[in-house]
Amino acid sequence: MFGLKTDWELDPPPRYFTLEDYEGGVARWCPGCGDFGVLTAVQRICREQQLPPEKVVAVSGIGCSSRFPHYMKTYGFHGLHGRPLPVACGIKSRRPDLDIWVATGDGDCCSIGAGHWIHAIRYNMDMTVMLFDNAVYGLTKNQTSPTSPVGFKSNTHPRGAWLPPLDPLQAMLGFTNVSFVGQAVDWNPILLHAILRQAHAHKGLGFVRILQRCPTYSGHVFQDLQKSPDQLLLLTHDDGLPMTPELDRLFPNKEQHDPSDLGKARIAAANHERIPVGVLFRDPSRPIYDDFTNYGLGTSVEDKLDSINAELDRFAI
Amino acid sequence: MSTHVAEAAGTGSGSRTTVPQHIIEIVSDSGEGAQKAGQAFGAVCAKSGRGVWTVEIIPAEIKPPARSQAGASGIRIRVGSRTVTNMGDEADLVVAFNEQVLYGRITQHAFRKGTNILLENRWATDDSPEIRELYANALQEFREKGFVVHELPLEQECLKHTSNPRVGKNMFVLGMLCSIYGFEVERALEEAAFLFRKKGEKVVALNHELIRAGYAYASDHIPIQFFVPARPNPGKSIVVNGNQAVGLGIMAAGIDVVAMYPITPATSVSHYLGEAFHRVGGLLHQAEDEIAAIGFAIGASYAGKTACTVTSGPGLALKTEFLGLAVMGELPLVIVDVQRGGPSTGLPTKVEQGDLLASIWGQPGDSPKVVIAPATIEECFHFVITARKLAEAFRTPVIVLTDANLATGVQPIPRPNPQEEWLAPPIDQAPWDKKVLAYDWDVESGASPRPIPGQPGGEYVLTGLSHTKDAHVAYDPDSNRVGMEMRSRKLAALQKALKPPKVFGDESGGDLLLVGWGSTQGAIEEGVERARGEGQSVSAVHLRFMSPLEPGLEEIFRRFKKVVAIGIHYSDPEDSPIDKPNRRRSQLAILLRDQTLVDVDSWTRVEGQPLSPGTIYDAIQDHLGRLARKES
Repeated sequence: MFGLKTDWELDPPPRYFTLEDYEGGVARWCPGCGDFGVLTAVQRICREQQLPPEKVVAVSGIGCSSRFPHYMKTYGFHGLHGRPLPVACGIKSRRPDLDIWVATGDGDCCSIGAGHWIHAIRYNMDMTVMLFDNAVYGLTKNQTSPTSPVGFKSNTHPRGAWLPPLDPLQAMLGFTNVSFVGQAVDWNPILLHAILRQAHAHKGLGFVRILQRCPTYSGHVFQDLQKSPDQLLLLTHDDGLPMTPELDRLFPNKEQHDPSDLGKARIAAANHERIPVGVLFRDPSRPIYDDFTNYGLGTSVEDKLDSINAELDRFAI
Repeated sequence: MSTHVAEAAGTGSGSRTTVPQHIIEIVSDSGEGAQKAGQAFGAVCAKSGRGVWTVEIIPAEIKPPARSQAGASGIRIRVGSRTVTNMGDEADLVVAFNEQVLYGRITQHAFRKGTNILLENRWATDDSPEIRELYANALQEFREKGFVVHELPLEQECLKHTSNPRVGKNMFVLGMLCSIYGFEVERALEEAAFLFRKKGEKVVALNHELIRAGYAYASDHIPIQFFVPARPNPGKSIVVNGNQAVGLGIMAAGIDVVAMYPITPATSVSHYLGEAFHRVGGLLHQAEDEIAAIGFAIGASYAGKTACTVTSGPGLALKTEFLGLAVMGELPLVIVDVQRGGPSTGLPTKVEQGDLLASIWGQPGDSPKVVIAPATIEECFHFVITARKLAEAFRTPVIVLTDANLATGVQPIPRPNPQEEWLAPPIDQAPWDKKVLAYDWDVESGASPRPIPGQPGGEYVLTGLSHTKDAHVAYDPDSNRVGMEMRSRKLAALQKALKPPKVFGDESGGDLLLVGWGSTQGAIEEGVERARGEGQSVSAVHLRFMSPLEPGLEEIFRRFKKVVAIGIHYSDPEDSPIDKPNRRRSQLAILLRDQTLVDVDSWTRVEGQPLSPGTIYDAIQDHLGRLARKES
């Protein structure tokens, strides 16, 4: 009739997600806080990858950066100080369909949660972990953190921090089954985005340490680094962080670094003269715990009942 | 109950004495297979229709030195012609591989006058004069204590069949016990064939030879013979310990993830699950520590999977903060606490009921949650299923308190018949109705539906911070108060659904009421039964719901002149030099006094031992005596 086709179907429009679909309200970090940049980078990656918001879970511990899940419009878990990693592993263990982003701080990850950190690296579950390292306890108002530099004055060490800071990169490159270690700085959104995207694409635990300014308590720690990019060393490689004209322009010091070489990654991490940024190490062949934990997910009710009955019969008299 | 039996046995008449129940122990150095022989004998008894309770006697060390008093390793088997619910009082018959390990049992008050002791006599002719002397002295001492000692050349007899009698002796003893208790030797042969099935025909044949030899030896040389009649119609049964029952319950409940960290005496749950859990598609995760174990389970639960963690007191202490988060975030979770002696490392292998108040109140702030306590091994199975359902219905953690007594006790229980409705339903991934908030509390019950990650439109952030109905962080006074009220209301709603507990004895009241909880039920009721048999006015109530408590307690308590809370946890005894108002009462008494305003007294033991009917009977005499003195 009227020359129109009668058997047409309207294709339902595919769900398309915009940045807004990942933005969960106004973040309440201090003005100038480095956390804003990380949030934006993650939201951008979610949109680029068109991750359905209901399949994204942001998991965190306690601290300024651990407010992260509240500012995502996805599922979120804002749990206990130091304990985001066990929770994230538990979520992932039986839900391979979920995309997990862990936000943790230097106190959360490297101090109170250090035990979980070592083992999460060893479990190597498929998720992205972001260490917001601002070298200070911010939320509790200026105490020394395990990554505070020697001499750092805080409310707990008013005469300056005593001990040498823990180096998360060197530590992690010694943990068994480490599979991805990257380092970024919050004040360079291009680099931050590029490295987080690599970490997210990595099959296994993609760990990115982010040097992150706390304008209130530790702004001075990263001031020099921010002002003089020549104190940073950009690691690029065709199999790691590929060089782009933008990155080339932003970083005066560059080095070809093959991220599959653990020995070289350790040497790069130990370089405190020129702080390495980029992908230090990546080995997608490391075993991931997910392959084990996903076992038996589709077991039917009938099979379960049969197995339980067989188990009971083993004890039967 | 069995005193006349021992007398009959002491005469050496050789005739078979019928007894309603008997307690047998096999005690040895560790590594001599006493437990294996005892479990096999327990299985023979159970398969022959007897009620059985076996409990292992475990030294704290893995391999303590030989012939040491503290190294006593072995097993107790209580056999009866009705369901056996506890380990009973003193043993009637003991097989011992050396005399020193018996001292360890004597300090545990395991024997009485007339207990038959079948003792290995090779030590009498040992090369070492020191050992010969120790043996002779012990023999004299045991006889002075009134034990009936029969010296047996166990090793010498076994040498006729094997060059290594140290490992073969246990099967010889199994044969002996079958003869003494009148079981067909074939029953024992079947057990051995099963036990050694993986070791090859030769090993099975040798052990069969030893069993037959033991059987023949006892028939010819041991002058005591007993007969425990079978139970009427025991029905289809399985033989399990409490931890296996928990493991089976976890599977029958459809729990998907169990995350744990090794801790005595809870670990054997994971041993069993390690073997079997994958068969139902479940995941057993051994975490890096106790905290990570509950964190992992909480993560799985948040993602919609039913999860459980299994621990003991020190582990529960470590899990405290996460437990509070599960309450605050309203996550269903099952926590099994197999209680042991505390505080601190305490008595890791021994029983205590000391985690009651820590379970109910142990978290920072007010964190109402459900706490239930199975009283029997059978209930260890069913309560896990109940716990999962309550956890989901009320969106809350549920703690299941068992203890080392239930964990290691083995008995035949009715075989459960698994149902589809026991299993957790699959998770809902349908779009979430955005009009329903993440914590849409029902003001009557505090319950609310829960969005699961993957449900479009249900996105919310679970937080341990004070929050509103829509899961937004809120520091205002009203939000915090309302959240507290709603979480607390769950317990009130659950209590309304419960029935008052049944009174064992006289429901209309009387002189004395004993109130117990958890694993002590069998001992308490047996003690009460004995006293009632003598005409005493005593009854018992056994609680299974600890938080919330079962309703109607005050009304029941008021019908009795005196109410005493019984438990295996500490309280200042009445005769201690402490002024009455300052006496520290037991954890259970504190709960009951608060709930009922009745002057509930405490009677407790913290000796690392399960309560026995005899100690309960003595406690009844003590309290009735005091009551009579007060009245006169």
